[in-house]
Amino acid sequence: MDWSLLITQLLNGLQLGLLLFLLASGLTLIFGIMDFINLSHGSFYMIGAYFCGTVVAITGSFFIGVVFGLVGIFIVGAAVEWFIARRLYRSDHLDHVLVTFGLILIFDTLVHLLWGAQGMAIPLPDMLNGQIRIGELVLPTYRMLIIGCGLGVAALLYVLVVRTRLGMLIRAGASNRTMVEALGININRLFLVVFALGAAMAGFAGMLIAPITEASIGMGNDIIIVAFVVVIVGGIGSVKGAFYAALILGMMDTLSRSYLDVVLGWFMPVTYAETAAPALSAMLIYILMAAVLAFRPQGLFPPAGAK
Amino acid sequence: MLRKTMVSALIAGAVATSGVAQADSVKIGFVTTLTTPAAVIGEDMKNSVELALEHIGNKMGPLDVELIFEDDGFKPDIGKTKTDKLVKQDDVDFVTGFIWSHVLLASAKSVLDADKFLISANAGPSQIAGKRCHPNFFSSSWQNDQTPMAMGEHLNQTGVKSLYVMAPNYAAGKDMVRGVESTFKGKVLGKDMTKWGADAQLDFSAELAKAKSSGADALFVFYPGKAGGAFIKQYQQAGLQGVMDLYTVFTVDSIALPKLQAGGLSGVLGSKNTQQWSPDILNAANQRFVSEYLARHGKYPSFYGAQSYDAIMLIKSAVEKVNGDLSDKDAVRAALKQADFDSVRGKYSYGNNHMPIQNFYLREVVEDGEGRWTTKIVSTVLTNHQDPYAKDCKM
Amino acid sequence: MKAWLPQTWSGRIYALLLLSLALAPFVLDWMKQPFYLDLLTRALIFAIAVISLNLILGYGGMVSLGHAAYIGIGAYCVGIPSYYDYYNGWLHLALALGVGGGFALITGAISLRTKGVYFIMITMAFSQMAFFLFVSMEEYGADDGLVIYSRSEFPQWISLDSAFGLYYWIFAVLLLALFFIHRLVHAHFGRVIVGSKFNEERMMALGFNTYRYRLACYVLSAMLCSVAGMLLGNFAGFISPDMMSWARSGELIFMVIIGGVGTLFGPLIGTMVFVLLEEILSAITVYWHLIFGIMLVALVLYGKGGIHGWLSLLDRGGGGRG
Repeated sequence: MDWSLLITQLLNGLQLGLLLFLLASGLTLIFGIMDFINLSHGSFYMIGAYFCGTVVAITGSFFIGVVFGLVGIFIVGAAVEWFIARRLYRSDHLDHVLVTFGLILIFDTLVHLLWGAQGMAIPLPDMLNGQIRIGELVLPTYRMLIIGCGLGVAALLYVLVVRTRLGMLIRAGASNRTMVEALGININRLFLVVFALGAAMAGFAGMLIAPITEASIGMGNDIIIVAFVVVIVGGIGSVKGAFYAALILGMMDTLSRSYLDVVLGWFMPVTYAETAAPALSAMLIYILMAAVLAFRPQGLFPPAGAK
Repeated sequence: MLRKTMVSALIAGAVATSGVAQADSVKIGFVTTLTTPAAVIGEDMKNSVELALEHIGNKMGPLDVELIFEDDGFKPDIGKTKTDKLVKQDDVDFVTGFIWSHVLLASAKSVLDADKFLISANAGPSQIAGKRCHPNFFSSSWQNDQTPMAMGEHLNQTGVKSLYVMAPNYAAGKDMVRGVESTFKGKVLGKDMTKWGADAQLDFSAELAKAKSSGADALFVFYPGKAGGAFIKQYQQAGLQGVMDLYTVFTVDSIALPKLQAGGLSGVLGSKNTQQWSPDILNAANQRFVSEYLARHGKYPSFYGAQSYDAIMLIKSAVEKVNGDLSDKDAVRAALKQADFDSVRGKYSYGNNHMPIQNFYLREVVEDGEGRWTTKIVSTVLTNHQDPYAKDCKM
Repeated sequence: MKAWLPQTWSGRIYALLLLSLALAPFVLDWMKQPFYLDLLTRALIFAIAVISLNLILGYGGMVSLGHAAYIGIGAYCVGIPSYYDYYNGWLHLALALGVGGGFALITGAISLRTKGVYFIMITMAFSQMAFFLFVSMEEYGADDGLVIYSRSEFPQWISLDSAFGLYYWIFAVLLLALFFIHRLVHAHFGRVIVGSKFNEERMMALGFNTYRYRLACYVLSAMLCSVAGMLLGNFAGFISPDMMSWARSGELIFMVIIGGVGTLFGPLIGTMVFVLLEEILSAITVYWHLIFGIMLVALVLYGKGGIHGWLSLLDRGGGGRG
């Protein structure tokens, strides 16, 4: 067993899991509180990356890019809530799917019009392009930064949800929406804030990944499906559930990408194992979701008091 | 309303078709990727084709050129539908373009069954070079295996003993891996085939960690288009530079280099790759192509562009030889087979399977006089090389 | 007015649509537009798939985001036997019905234990599993897809080889499907399905095992969709796992909604509009997704009931909007 490889892979899994968490936490809140299915949540991930990249191109500072990007994506999220989502909270889930799919097409094409098709590379400060060495381990500094940021946001979100009045309303909304309305809370404002906050977290995830993979059109459309799996597995409306489920999925994906071909190689010819392994590792997360839905449809960690 | 729209669209189509049905024009369909992030390749091809048309004054012999671009959306089934449209609706004489091997494999039948000419300006899947070769198919690029075969030879010459291999999991990726394995004499310690297509995998953290722990001397990769830039960046961030040398095919090109330069990834300077063409090849056609492309678009053309430029010139040479009589398919075929034109890569010839027999060069990434990153030929690795599938082609 | 003529405006429009579809090959041939015949053939195939989806989505209230899996299964049931040079169409058909129905029986039995959004997600999960299963099959082209070099053969029966022949056989299957759905929803079976969509407890109280009815409905729908897949494999001569991705399933749902959920002709007209719009818009500009997206948003915000809903307004004498 190559321990340094295993540790590196666990950290890679953690990094992927935290990115998924940033996406899924907003998604699960919007889903849980407003009962709104937002397929276009992945567009915030993409737009965040483009905003950040544009500012970085002008100012040359990754940090300033992130700050402006966050403000920008918060506004975009609020606008989507204000003009579109708000009008649909009481309609059918089918309508949500249709409208937000339309939004994906609109956002993707707008990005194509504004920034072109070629994608956008986001340069990092030299400091972040290096590596951290701990004994035998060589870890990319930037990936460690992603892990740090992800854990930081998770902690902030925990404080927000558990310790503040806004958090109390969010928790109440996720378990029993009518109750919050009955209490005379300005529900519109709560929804607006939750939606924009969710968008900002998704945008932040996009900004974090873009320096590695580049910002590109449609970058959010595949990861969003995995984020939905996280939401379902964790339990709709549960931030804690999203956190654990994201880490489970991130680890599962990375570890199966690293070891599944070896394991399959014991049972079948190596050439077949090499092609089958990536597909099977992609299939695993759906098997997990189907199993959860079949045996525990409320998810692994449903919000307290939810039906 | 709907009927009306459809009917008027039909009438417009009918008028357009009848207006050009006379023999005074040659119709060429060009299938490439104009949406999705891979559109960056499609645009390079389109720019080069437009430059080629300008250079020939939009004329081929006695005929005017009518060119129609279609977008394959990076998907085989869309590529096939668009090809069907070019063949049936637009009734083109030649279909060319095709970045992706899987799109070409899906679309080839539509063109060839209709007895039109198919000229691949990039993709060179092994199937169409071997068992499924066809008299009406020609390539203005290469067969997929050839470029990595050249790389394998170079690895032997440099004394690399062990290799880790990574490529996307699709037709061309498989050919590339087979190509390098066929000539490389050392040991391949590990291999990863990653998800490709519109939703391609772009985070290679797990694979890079595996590559490193394999302890191989060098890393061989094939990541065309956008994925190439992302890969190089992660390779460098993972601290593999200087630990495990990187050898690439179709990855470090004029599409990736400007972005790598913008990202300040200077580690790529000095890295080696193999190719049948380079911007610095000395011949009149290439110098004109490269300098005018540079002047117009502010960046170097890529090999995709060079091959597209060649595809147009190849068609032109054939149309001129038959003096515009495209109805004589045998004559057109014979004319194409001669490859009698000034290719930007220099002279090449066609084998029995209509794949080029040509040289492959080792290229190094350097900075040009004006500080732009580009590639420069170091040496010739393979001379007049023919692909290994030609023997399977009964033609 | 003769009794067999449709009595409503929407009815007349649908009759006209069927009539134009029946005559279309001749008109297109006369206009020398073979490509538009292809487009129409493709639209008819998708219409069959969308009609099958509407059976569970529209009448049964089961929103499946995994129906494209059955198109893929049906098409691979042509592609894989052809790869081994088995071109017998009856074999292809039997495989499509058997494999499609079997997959639906197993996954449906599990999925139907869930409701609402969970059902959407679990059907998506199963279709993604099927998608990745085909992606992993190196022998059959994996991600690159499989070229089908020859069409299904039905000796002494049907020839699918000409564009005309293929079109009319597909048109016949479409008419059969419409007739089948019409009879089904008006039969006892259909009443239970529609009834349990609106009030499942009541249907159960009446002594119906609604789970079994729904499962049967789900399997029937999947089998019809597999037939559409088999036709698509024949028509396109190419099949790739991409045809079964979740985004394709989403498109099928849109076609249902555009036309009108839970109506007989809605899926047909929705598919026609979707396919033709896609073709026309994409011919105009590469940015056509923008227009398409705006249309989708506007459809939900302002256009309740889909095209069938608008046509029904004509029947009520025009007047205000719904």
